[in-house]
Amino acid sequence: MTFEELKPFIVPGLPHYLALSGQVFAIGILIALAKRNAIAVLMGVELMLNATNLAFLAFARFVPNAADTPALAGHVFVVFILTVAAAEAAVALAMAVLVYRRRETVDLDRLNLLRW
Amino acid sequence: MRIPLLFGMLLDTAKDAPESFPSGTRHRVVRVPMPGLRLIGLAVLAVVIAANVGIGVIVVGGALDDQWYDFRDLGNTMDGLRSVLPECMASMGDTCVVPGAYVGYLTAAILGGTAILSFVGVLLVILVWSERRLLARFQVRRGPNRVGPYGLLQPLADAIKMMQKETVIPRGADRFLYYLPPVIVFIPLMLLWGAVPWAPKMTYVDLNVGVLYLVAVTSLTTLAIFLAGWSSNNHYGLLGAMRTVAMMVSYEIPISISLLTIVLFTGSLQLTDIVRWQGEHNVWFAFLLPLPLFSFFFSSTAELNRSPNDIAEAESEIVAGYYTEYSGMKMGLYLAGELGYATATSAFVSALFLGGWTLFGLETWIPGYLILGGKIAFVYFVLVWMRATLPRFRLDQLMAFAWKYLIPLSIASVVLVALEVTLFARWDVPGVVPLVLFAIVNFIFARVAMRRWATVLGYQPELQANAPVMTSGIGGLRAARALRQAEGTR
Amino acid sequence: MDNPGVVGAFYLLAGVTVLSSLAVFAVRNLLHAVVFLVLAFVGMAGIFITLSADFLAVAQILIYAGAVSILLVFAVMLTPLGDRNNANSLFVLPGVAVAGGFATIVALVAVATDWNVLSEDDLDARSFATTIADIGQALLGPYVLAFEVASVLLLAALIGAIVLVREEERA
Repeated sequence: MTFEELKPFIVPGLPHYLALSGQVFAIGILIALAKRNAIAVLMGVELMLNATNLAFLAFARFVPNAADTPALAGHVFVVFILTVAAAEAAVALAMAVLVYRRRETVDLDRLNLLRW
Repeated sequence: MRIPLLFGMLLDTAKDAPESFPSGTRHRVVRVPMPGLRLIGLAVLAVVIAANVGIGVIVVGGALDDQWYDFRDLGNTMDGLRSVLPECMASMGDTCVVPGAYVGYLTAAILGGTAILSFVGVLLVILVWSERRLLARFQVRRGPNRVGPYGLLQPLADAIKMMQKETVIPRGADRFLYYLPPVIVFIPLMLLWGAVPWAPKMTYVDLNVGVLYLVAVTSLTTLAIFLAGWSSNNHYGLLGAMRTVAMMVSYEIPISISLLTIVLFTGSLQLTDIVRWQGEHNVWFAFLLPLPLFSFFFSSTAELNRSPNDIAEAESEIVAGYYTEYSGMKMGLYLAGELGYATATSAFVSALFLGGWTLFGLETWIPGYLILGGKIAFVYFVLVWMRATLPRFRLDQLMAFAWKYLIPLSIASVVLVALEVTLFARWDVPGVVPLVLFAIVNFIFARVAMRRWATVLGYQPELQANAPVMTSGIGGLRAARALRQAEGTR
Repeated sequence: MDNPGVVGAFYLLAGVTVLSSLAVFAVRNLLHAVVFLVLAFVGMAGIFITLSADFLAVAQILIYAGAVSILLVFAVMLTPLGDRNNANSLFVLPGVAVAGGFATIVALVAVATDWNVLSEDDLDARSFATTIADIGQALLGPYVLAFEVASVLLLAALIGAIVLVREEERA
């Protein structure tokens, strides 16, 4: 096989970026599901948001935009996701601290007040 | 402050130092500064400047332009390499997997990276000496003057000493996080120096997002410092780290806001564009935006952990702050990193507020990097001056100063500048007139607003001591000599 | 897009990002996990640059590596010593199954779909020189309502965080 034949597989295109985004998102899911600590779960959520950003940017780069939207609509989306992620991190961490103050733990398995 | 005195502070020969200690003692003076070395140094300086000017005149025929004029110019070297190398590689034909242009980029990148690394290395060696020397002069001491001429080899001696020292790891320290921070601290430093605009085409990376890049890169050190303080398992370290984080997070806001005022005027985040704007309009942002300059400079000293804002390592309160438990070369890396950040910040203050490589038209005759170098030296001198002069703030004062004073004033000045920019875009008169007007308005605004807002916040000048009386007789070695003579006559 | 610099950078940065995300899952100490998370964020910013999104790459470093990581470290510090491990819950196996399935499906879809991508020439024409001005125009043009709402959201988050963790003053 020559370089030219291998090129579409090697040169990163839209599928490469989407697959990478999917992988990072999956790792985010794994962390969010499998961790006990509330802060670790939050880290997983942040990773998932980041993977979403990557998918948006990849689409903005590779896919032609609709006629009435600006070329950088994907970028604008990412700006909003970054904003929301920052706000969410601040509030969620404040809640983690608050939960620790009330219950003396941030272990999600032991926050079972609503269990019956 | 008289200019000759300013330079004399650095290169004052130790004429009245004792030639040797009294006989009978076992101490000897290691090295007495060579008489006449100052002349040699001045001669070397004159030759360097003459060579620079000569090359400028001969190669360019009088005026430096943006072309391939000058082998000293790193940016042009990069451009040249990028254009020359692909042609060499093109002769290899299609079998070449790696297209030639990227070999050019790679070579240019490696060369430029090496240049920055070695530049910062040399700079740190000189800085250690000049900072100690200047501080000593401010404190009526002599400073290092034994190792080598004028004590110039003192930094080398210090470095050798530090490298020989044992690295002590405290018990209970988190080893991974303990080893990491001294390395991480250095990375943003290199990244910062890469973005300095030395001359029109002499920038290693000229980013479109230059100003934002500065803010982003400097914010990386916060985490490193925090981890350093936490991982060393020491209360003082943790206190220092907490203080640093609180301070840095607070002072990033006035820095960003004051940079915003500049960007409002230039309409570009690119550093070279900002410098070029100042050159075209023949005005420095220092005159145009005095309040943002103050805000940026003061906040930078906080980000740098330098006096008067060095509460993160306040040695009279918390030993050495976040690097209490670090020893040997690891501590040396922190100290060197601090100096490097101070000069990098001086470079950006010069580029953003003091016109960068422009000097009111003189930049056609003098190479830009010399102009910028002079400005960097000046701003750095001011930093050392502040360190030697101003007392340290308390933590609560510092936080209150950021949140209650700098941020409201900066936001007010953004509103004012936005108005001015709107006017500037629609006003159909030569650019100089509105700019002079804006400078006057902004100066008056800065003066009045700073004073009024301070009064509102409860600063009562009548309770403070009177303004310090400037006495020309007091100052430096001259005064000490006068005192000694007076004592001798008595 | 096919220049070796971008290709090499993509694979290097993708490797760094995925490996350090995995390290966030694998390491035992929560603070080490934060450090690896920052590394993953920085790698992701590099990948943004290969997509010629310079503004967002820098914003990513500024917000995630600079601000969110500090918040995380602070939250770790404010919680007790015993909870600073990165222990797994009972959901590890289901988590691995879900994550693996998700990654596989996304990868298959990404490869199998015939995407309506731009041609090589259009792609080259679209390697944005700078995105800042366009993003600014878009934010204050078609998306100005969302922009304003985002600012309200930030204010709400600010006030909410302060109110949540404020200590009640005891008389």
